[in-house]
Formats: sequence, structure tokens, C-alpha cells
Amino acid sequence: MNEKPVIELIEVTKTFGSEQVLRGINLSVMEGKTTVIVGGSGQGKSIIIKHILGLIKPDSGKVLVYGKDINNISKKELKEIRTNFGVLFQNAALFDSMTVYDNVALPLRERTNMSEKEIGEIVNEKLALMDVPGSNDKYPAQISGGMKKRVGLARALVLNPKIVFFDEPTTGLDVAKSNEIYRVFFKSQAQLGYTSVIVSHDVPKIFKLADYVAMLNNGIIEACISPEEFQLSDNPAIKNYVETTMGPLYSSEGMEGG
Amino acid sequence: MLKLLERLGDFVLYYVNQAGRMGIFLFFSLINIFKPPYKISPIIKQIYIIGTLSVFVVIFTGAFTGMVLALQGHTTLRKFGADGLLGSAVALSLIRELGPVLAALMVTGRAGSAICAEIGIMRISEQIDALDCMAIDPYKYIMAPKFIAAIIAMPLLTAIFDVVGIFGGYMVGVGLLGANEGAYFSSMYNDVEFNDVYMGMVKSLCFGLLIVWITSAKGYFIHLERGGGFGAEGVSRATTNAVVLSSVSILVVDYFLTSVLL
Repeated sequence: MNEKPVIELIEVTKTFGSEQVLRGINLSVMEGKTTVIVGGSGQGKSIIIKHILGLIKPDSGKVLVYGKDINNISKKELKEIRTNFGVLFQNAALFDSMTVYDNVALPLRERTNMSEKEIGEIVNEKLALMDVPGSNDKYPAQISGGMKKRVGLARALVLNPKIVFFDEPTTGLDVAKSNEIYRVFFKSQAQLGYTSVIVSHDVPKIFKLADYVAMLNNGIIEACISPEEFQLSDNPAIKNYVETTMGPLYSSEGMEGG
Repeated sequence: MLKLLERLGDFVLYYVNQAGRMGIFLFFSLINIFKPPYKISPIIKQIYIIGTLSVFVVIFTGAFTGMVLALQGHTTLRKFGADGLLGSAVALSLIRELGPVLAALMVTGRAGSAICAEIGIMRISEQIDALDCMAIDPYKYIMAPKFIAAIIAMPLLTAIFDVVGIFGGYMVGVGLLGANEGAYFSSMYNDVEFNDVYMGMVKSLCFGLLIVWITSAKGYFIHLERGGGFGAEGVSRATTNAVVLSSVSILVVDYFLTSVLL
């Protein structure tokens, strides 16, 4: 085992108002692997990603990225760590007053000294990788939800990040469109080899992508194990989740029985 | 009783927090003006939005302000046989006081509300989080160009307001009410000093900074607004608050600036 963790959450807690959302999260994300965080709606899965991105500070506990506690470093160091990140937000978070092309070009314009010609080549290459043809001059409001996600993914990948976060990449999309997102995910990860953290409801489909599945339940991570182990787990919370989301056929009992 | 104290404490804490946030916001925005890379095109775009697009409304209000000043001034001054001083009365009122204040109020209504709504929507639709995650500093990318643009545009708009106002006063005073043309301009020439123009320009600079500071901070911190700051209603509430706070601050700061500069 020469896998090394690039992200570690240690006993992270977070309370909003009177509601304790995270009650001591422990999670390690391994380099080059895909970790999927699953769990019921409103459990705080996206909150975990926001903690890793440094958008929310924990009440207690540590968030280590490349061994550095991102809540105890300077703004400059945090910015440096974030240069390794690519993020696909739940609603894609495209800049609505910019065209598709400008959205994808923005990180290159702001973070590199490339010429417009070089930027154009990279942007068109990424948009082609995501299968978004002929939409360069359209505004986000003029394209479909699936397309927005693909443009968001193109923007997230434009600087070849080492870690990519996907917050509900297929929520709100029909089966064909979500399959398309998975296809571009496979294609881009095979090409770029990034570490990925995915928050998703799309069980069991998402298991095909996962190296590890972590389940958030009542503010703690129940387990972070392989999809096979997850489906066969004896942990009552995981078992219950597998049964309710995938049907008894997939659970350990169902498999034993059948 | 305890509940009352609790509420009072909550209220005070909220406003102390907000003041702290606003202070830090101003600090980072100003610091980022001086940080490289220096890009001209975003600044020009903001000068267009804050300045150029406000020119019409400034000309319109400037003309009518000058006209009403001449109307009132002429009637009053004539009672004392001092209607020859109409030009200097109109010019001094405009240059020292009404030009900077009214131009700033107009810009608050037109551009300030737009700044707040734009940044507020960027905040609630996670566009600002997206910038942060792309390691692009929102203070550098969004705020710095707006601050520079406001500092450049506001004195220019005030100058336009003053000139148009003086011309409006001339039209009504000389053209309509029959005041002496030569006296209108010579009294202005004799009484308006560099210090008056300086005072007007300092005020307009400060008001430009104030408008962009308050309206963009209100948008930037919309998610921390009291009573929730999300959705269309949240943006509309924050925009209203930003315009009201900015307008009131202009009048308050105007008093103190006048007392210092006089």
C-alpha cells in the first residue's frame, strides 16, 4: 500500500445555530483515487467539501491538505493550496454575466501569463473534451443544466488541478445527461489523473466510479471503504442506507439470502 | 428582562461585527488596488458602468438644481438689492455643497444599487466561492476595479454637475429673470476660490469611496445579513439597505468634511 492521503479531516465539528451538522468527522482522501461521500439529504455532505475548500471554518478539529492545516495558514498559503483545486459546484456557479468561453478562460487569464491565442487553444480543447460544441458565445442562462455542469467541469479542469471536487454532479439531470457527465468524468480523469472527491446521491451508479465510499450519517463518517465492502457492510447505518437506496438485493443480507 | 438584555446584546454584537467586517473589507479592497497584476480593462469597464452611464442623470439633476437655485436666489437676493451676486451664490452652492452631495446621491441610486445587487447575486449563487476556490482573490478581481473607478469617476461627475448647474442657473437667472449677464459671471469669478473647488473635489472623492465601499460590502456580506440574506428577497433587502445607508452616510460625512475643510 503506497497510497498517501492528500486530504485529512480530523475530528471536525460544525454547528449552525442550534444544529450540530458535523459531530467529529474523520476522513482521509487518497492521492489519485476517487472518494465518494454519500448520505441522506441535508446531512451536511456539501459542508464537508466546503470545509476542505476553506470556505467554512470548523468549530473544532483540523482540515489538512497536503499536510497543512488550512485554517492555520496565511491567506497566501491558502491561495497556493487552492491552485491545486478544481471545483464543480452543485449549481455549476458559472459567472452569469460572462459567456461560456470567458467562464472557462477566466482562470487562465487571471492566474497565468498566457496569450489570448494560447488561452483560446486550451479553452477549446477543454470544451471539446467535455463535448460542449458551438456554445462558446452563449451565456450560462442560454444553455441546459447538463451543459452548465459540463462547462463547470471544463472550467474546473482548465488549469489541470491535482484535486477535483464534485458537489452533486448529476443532481437534477435525467439518466442520459447524468451518464454523459460520468462519461466525461471517466474521460477526463483517465487523461489528467486527478484525485477526486464526489458528493453524490446517485447510488448505485456512483459506485462504479468510486475507489472509496464514505458515508455521512448523523454528523459522523460511518466508514470510508471500497464500494464492494460498502455494499456488504454489517454496519447497521450503511446496511440500512444500501437497502433503502439500492433495494435489499444489493445488501449483505440480500446477497446471503439470494 | 433577561430576554430584553439578551436581545440588546445580540443587537449590539451584530452591529459591532458588521462594523468590523466593513473595516476589514475596506482594508483588503484598498490593499488590493496596489497589488499586481495591474489590468486596465476591468477599470475602464467599471468607469463606464459607474461613471459614463451616470452622466445623463447627473446632467439632468445638475441642470435643474442650478435652475432652481437661480430662481430662489434671484427672488431672495433682489429683496436686498444684491441680485448682482446671483452668479457667485449659484456657483458657490453648487461647487462647495450641492454638486458633490447630489451627484453622489444620484450615483448611489443608479450605480450603487447595481453594485450591491451584482455582488449579492454573485455571493448567493456561489460565484464568489468559485473565485476563491480558483485562487482568484475576489477583492482583487471584483472590488479593486470598482474602487478605482469610483475614485476616478465621482470627481468627474461632480465637475459635470457643477458646470451644467452653473449653466442652468445662467439660463434661468439671465435668460428668464433678466439678471445681468456680466454680473452673473464676474461675481462668480470674484468669489469662487481654489479652496472652494478643492473642498468640492475632496468631498466627491470621499463620497465615491463611501458609495462603493458600502454598496459592495453589503452585497459581499449578504449571506451574513440579519434575518437571512438569501434569494431574490435577500438581494432586494440588501440593495435597499445599501442605498439607504450609503445616502445617509453621504449626508453625515458631508457635514463633518465641511466642518474640517471650511
